[in-house]
Amino acid sequence: MTDTLMSVSHLTKHFPLTEGVVFQREVARVHAVDDVSLEVRRGETLGLVGETGCGKSTMARMMVRLLDPTSGTISYEGEDVTAASGARLKRLRREMQMIFQDPYSSLNPRKTIGSIIAEPFAIHGLLGSDGARRRRVQELMEQVGLNPEHYNRYPHEFSGGQRQRVGVARALALAPKLIVADEPVSALDVSIQAQILNLLRGLQRELGLTIVFIAHDLSVVRHMCDRVAVMYLGNLVELADSDTLYRHPRHPYTGALLSAVPVAAARSTVRRERQVLEGDLPSPTDPPPACRFHTRCPKAQEICRVQAPPLTPKDGGALAACHFPLADEEASAIVPTA
Amino acid sequence: MSVETFEAAETGGLTSESAVQARTPWQLFWRRLRGDRVALAALAFIVLLVLVALLQAPIRSLLGLPGPNVQNPAALDVFGTPTGPSAEHPFGVDTLGRDVFSRVLAGAAVSLQVALISTGIAVAVGTLLGMLAAFYGGWVDTTFSRMADVLLAFPVLLLALGIAAACSGAEGCAGGLIQPGIGTVVFTIAFINWVFVFRIIRGQTLSLREKEYVEASRSLGASNRRIIFREILPNLVAPIIVYASLLIPQNILLEAALSFLGVGVQPPQASWGAMIADAVTVFDTAWWFMFFPGTALLLTVLAFNLVGDGLQDALNPRSDR
Repeated sequence: MTDTLMSVSHLTKHFPLTEGVVFQREVARVHAVDDVSLEVRRGETLGLVGETGCGKSTMARMMVRLLDPTSGTISYEGEDVTAASGARLKRLRREMQMIFQDPYSSLNPRKTIGSIIAEPFAIHGLLGSDGARRRRVQELMEQVGLNPEHYNRYPHEFSGGQRQRVGVARALALAPKLIVADEPVSALDVSIQAQILNLLRGLQRELGLTIVFIAHDLSVVRHMCDRVAVMYLGNLVELADSDTLYRHPRHPYTGALLSAVPVAAARSTVRRERQVLEGDLPSPTDPPPACRFHTRCPKAQEICRVQAPPLTPKDGGALAACHFPLADEEASAIVPTA
Repeated sequence: MSVETFEAAETGGLTSESAVQARTPWQLFWRRLRGDRVALAALAFIVLLVLVALLQAPIRSLLGLPGPNVQNPAALDVFGTPTGPSAEHPFGVDTLGRDVFSRVLAGAAVSLQVALISTGIAVAVGTLLGMLAAFYGGWVDTTFSRMADVLLAFPVLLLALGIAAACSGAEGCAGGLIQPGIGTVVFTIAFINWVFVFRIIRGQTLSLREKEYVEASRSLGASNRRIIFREILPNLVAPIIVYASLLIPQNILLEAALSFLGVGVQPPQASWGAMIADAVTVFDTAWWFMFFPGTALLLTVLAFNLVGDGLQDALNPRSDR
């Protein structure tokens, strides 16, 4: 079970902000992802959570090589994804696919559903005959819960949930091992979200997929993921098994996130402290030094401003980057142990 | 909830409505255009004009009229002034005794030819460069965009006059590639107009290339070429059609203006603009010489503009009316 499918080490992505028309000079850089290392294990669902702008989507796009990292490496089954090009990259692309956030923007409105799902075959020159392609596309449509007869329809004729199913079918077409899902349900109605989540879980079991699941909704992540990585301002602050993380968050930021999750229970039955973070998210163009969370952390002390805490194992097996991790009592005051 | 249960629920709900005919975007477009009577009438006029221009020789022989360049001094009166509309010459004759009706027909062919070819070239060049500039950005974008800015800085007619005059010499210009006559007019008009297409397409492509389906295509391993032509271009078809349909009448007018000023179509070839120019001196005695080519020009430009508006409404139903 601890077989590594993809390993990310010291991954960094800075976006330069430039000025000038002909001669562009860099005036600042956005630190989207800074020195993140983690492993994706074969067959697991790894959650990636954090606020908007913490670098989750940038991570996802680097994993499938839609963006080139500024530094650091990503290796997939021992092969360096960041250095691949040409035919090697094209072959690697068959192994990993992405599901996008916005089902309205991720399907070309001028193409039929059938040709959208068949596009991977056309690009890779698979299933030469039209008949074979069509049969495979219809199989895929059936697999994701779409009516195969709708092969010739256009995206505008479908609802958000159905469109997201088309996106899933397209991602599955090349039989990838790794699916990176970038907030696949955040643009959908709550009633539809569960359907897509169940679809993904079902497909994962059926096809043995590994999924990197990005979300900002912690209850969705808990439902989906085996392990969870928490990001803050481009840094990885905590990485733990789902159960461990939700029961005993170690990083104060994780604690604050969990305390913000609404609980559906009568007030009298569950007692917990709401921990509200002070201040705004600092600008990623000029992140705070050392521990990036110190400006908003309730437990911050002098050392947090001068020395960045490394990601180390804490009580209970979680990895957290914090000098003063939450103790069990503090954690359970925030998270009602249900 | 299992995968199977909602699969059944969702597809079950849809099969019942599959009796409703699915429509492609083009079917929807055609439905909307069919409802626009003004645009349809204008379209009918254009079709008629094209037919008349193509069939001008049979039409002439049917009516027993001379060719557009046949001079007939006998058709002038004793003072040498042209005669007006008659059974023999329905639109009268000009100062050289040429039949105005034949020349209006020949002028229609020239106008349509010049406008369609030059618009086609301008749209093709503008679209290709606009897509490349926006898609690749960087120095590609800088190069083409600055070129466009420089061209836009010139007044259109002045630039056209300059180019047309430079290319009207006996050996043409661009190393003899562009010969005087219709070739020069087409080149001049295309050269001036690609810039406008370029700017529109560049803007559209800048927004299209950020769409997630472009990223999806890239993550599937698609080449840049495939993304540009298979993902982005199909989404530009609507703006291209609308803009081209509005550019055609402009170019008809530009051709007429150049011919009027004497740097366009060369005599003795017929052109509405040149006919109007020739008619200026005799307008007080021979109104028909200016009236018929002028009316033909007006109606043609109007018809193309109305069709352009109709296409715009049909392709962009949400745009303001």
